[in-house]
Amino acid sequence: MTIGLGHYLTVASVLFTLGILGIFLNRKNVIVILMCVELMLLAVNINLVAFSIFEGNVVGQVFAMLVLTVAAAEAAIGLAILVVYFRNRGTIAVEDINTMKG
Amino acid sequence: MVVGLESWTLARPELFLAAATLLLLIYGVVRGEVATPFVSVATSIVLLATAVLLFAPYREGTAFASLFIVDRLTTTMKALVLVGAAVAVLMSRAYFEQVKAWRFEYPLLVALATLGMMLMISANDLMALYVGLELQSLALYVIAAFQRDSLRSTEAGVKYFVLGSVASGMLLFGASLIYGFCGGTAFVQISRALLDGKAAEFGVIVGLVFVVAGLAFKVSAVPFHMWTPDVYEGAPTPVTALFAVAPKIAAISLMVSVLMGPFKPLFLQWQQIIVAASVLSMALGAFAALRQQNIKRLMAYSSIGNVGYVLLGLASGSEKGIQAIVFYLAIYLAMTLGVFATILMMKRRGTMVENVSDLAGLAKSQPMMAFAMLLFMFSMAGIPPLAGFWGKLYIFIAAVEAKLFIPAVLGVLASVVASYYYLRIVKVMYFDEETETLDRTPFGVNRAVAFAAAVLVTVFSLAPQPLSLIAAAAAKGLFP
Repeated sequence: MTIGLGHYLTVASVLFTLGILGIFLNRKNVIVILMCVELMLLAVNINLVAFSIFEGNVVGQVFAMLVLTVAAAEAAIGLAILVVYFRNRGTIAVEDINTMKG
Repeated sequence: MVVGLESWTLARPELFLAAATLLLLIYGVVRGEVATPFVSVATSIVLLATAVLLFAPYREGTAFASLFIVDRLTTTMKALVLVGAAVAVLMSRAYFEQVKAWRFEYPLLVALATLGMMLMISANDLMALYVGLELQSLALYVIAAFQRDSLRSTEAGVKYFVLGSVASGMLLFGASLIYGFCGGTAFVQISRALLDGKAAEFGVIVGLVFVVAGLAFKVSAVPFHMWTPDVYEGAPTPVTALFAVAPKIAAISLMVSVLMGPFKPLFLQWQQIIVAASVLSMALGAFAALRQQNIKRLMAYSSIGNVGYVLLGLASGSEKGIQAIVFYLAIYLAMTLGVFATILMMKRRGTMVENVSDLAGLAKSQPMMAFAMLLFMFSMAGIPPLAGFWGKLYIFIAAVEAKLFIPAVLGVLASVVASYYYLRIVKVMYFDEETETLDRTPFGVNRAVAFAAAVLVTVFSLAPQPLSLIAAAAAKGLFP
């Protein structure tokens, strides 16, 4: 059996779904949410690179580079916001992020 | 039309904004905290100067291997965004001084976010769209949490960050599928591939749904609105004022240029999604705001409702509809800045208050402020002859002409329900017994903004024609 485009897309969709489910089902820790966001972005990268290879145009790989860069910045900013939040609240459990409601 | 090597000059406003922001950043870092007042005023001036550069001289075309497009629509939207951001920066000083968060980074982050908004408005390629969107979002996550010793502000930052990055992830996943099935990321390529019969492919439809979901999150349309009330309530008030105008206008502009541009061939597919989001947003904006006590939270639901009306204009998919959107957004900008300028003046014994009940008896103690708020509320409710009425009228006319009868009727009904909570604020100001008066605000930026917005909202009916013509010219670009 040869591994074709469909296989790559399947892996990417599974990873992406895992990422989304991880964000919405996770009740424990915000760090896990950050990891899930990274998982979603990596799934996108797999998609982009797979398409790029199978269609023989390089745009997808350029796009993947941009996504990697932005993902790094996003993780840095997310962690920074999390640190200031932790200083005020003393916890980063997801169920405790509930000062505002209604 | 500008072509060839000269084409980078189309991005002059963006380049100017980027360079000026970086220079001010260096100045701020070298001088430290004492630089804050200067950097703040300078940033507002730079933002307004950028808006002037958009028109002097006005040119259109594409630049950077057609990653970047300038036309009437993008220029008009950028002007609205720049004015909104500049005023929001000016209004922020009193608040941040009071909560001891008056730092020079704030105006600079707003300027960088605005740069991101300009790039995404001008995006003509999925890559440019993504980078612009993220430049905007990353700066906005930080300023939502800018009051870093406040639990509510940092919580707003965490919520906005988490949900915002999920939305970016969805948009990106959609973009990757569209790239794969259309064979390119440029809007022109996508549009060509769709016309060549790729439109029926399953992957393209799935990609479109993901992209629309990501964009709906950014404009806070139902069912992707859940972050809005919490972020609006928790973020510092000047930041909420910014959120309510600049990023919203930019995201709507992006939505218009993506859906009416490359995805025009899929109109029938996305129209259903947009109609559903529009009706749900109008309904939720009307009903959920009824029981809100916090005025910032109320404004959050109000902005969700307003996005519903704008999406109705988009769903009509006609030149009239796009004209109505531009027209509506310009009026919305004036009203919202006015309301937030008034909210920023709500102080009691030196601390900010933000409950509707705190406005009780305002008509007696500060008749001018109460009257300005009354004008904004009547305008938001869409009562003629104030400006808000015209915005809604244009939207509904466009919707009816596009045969969207049921959504238009539902929109009118939602607008009736929504007028209840706008009028409740008027009732509290004019008929409730006051408990303790609000502080008088010394003359300053906020009073000037509230006054200017109140005048604009009132006299608009005398001459709605110029704005209508500008909006029509902007819409024309999308329909060659």
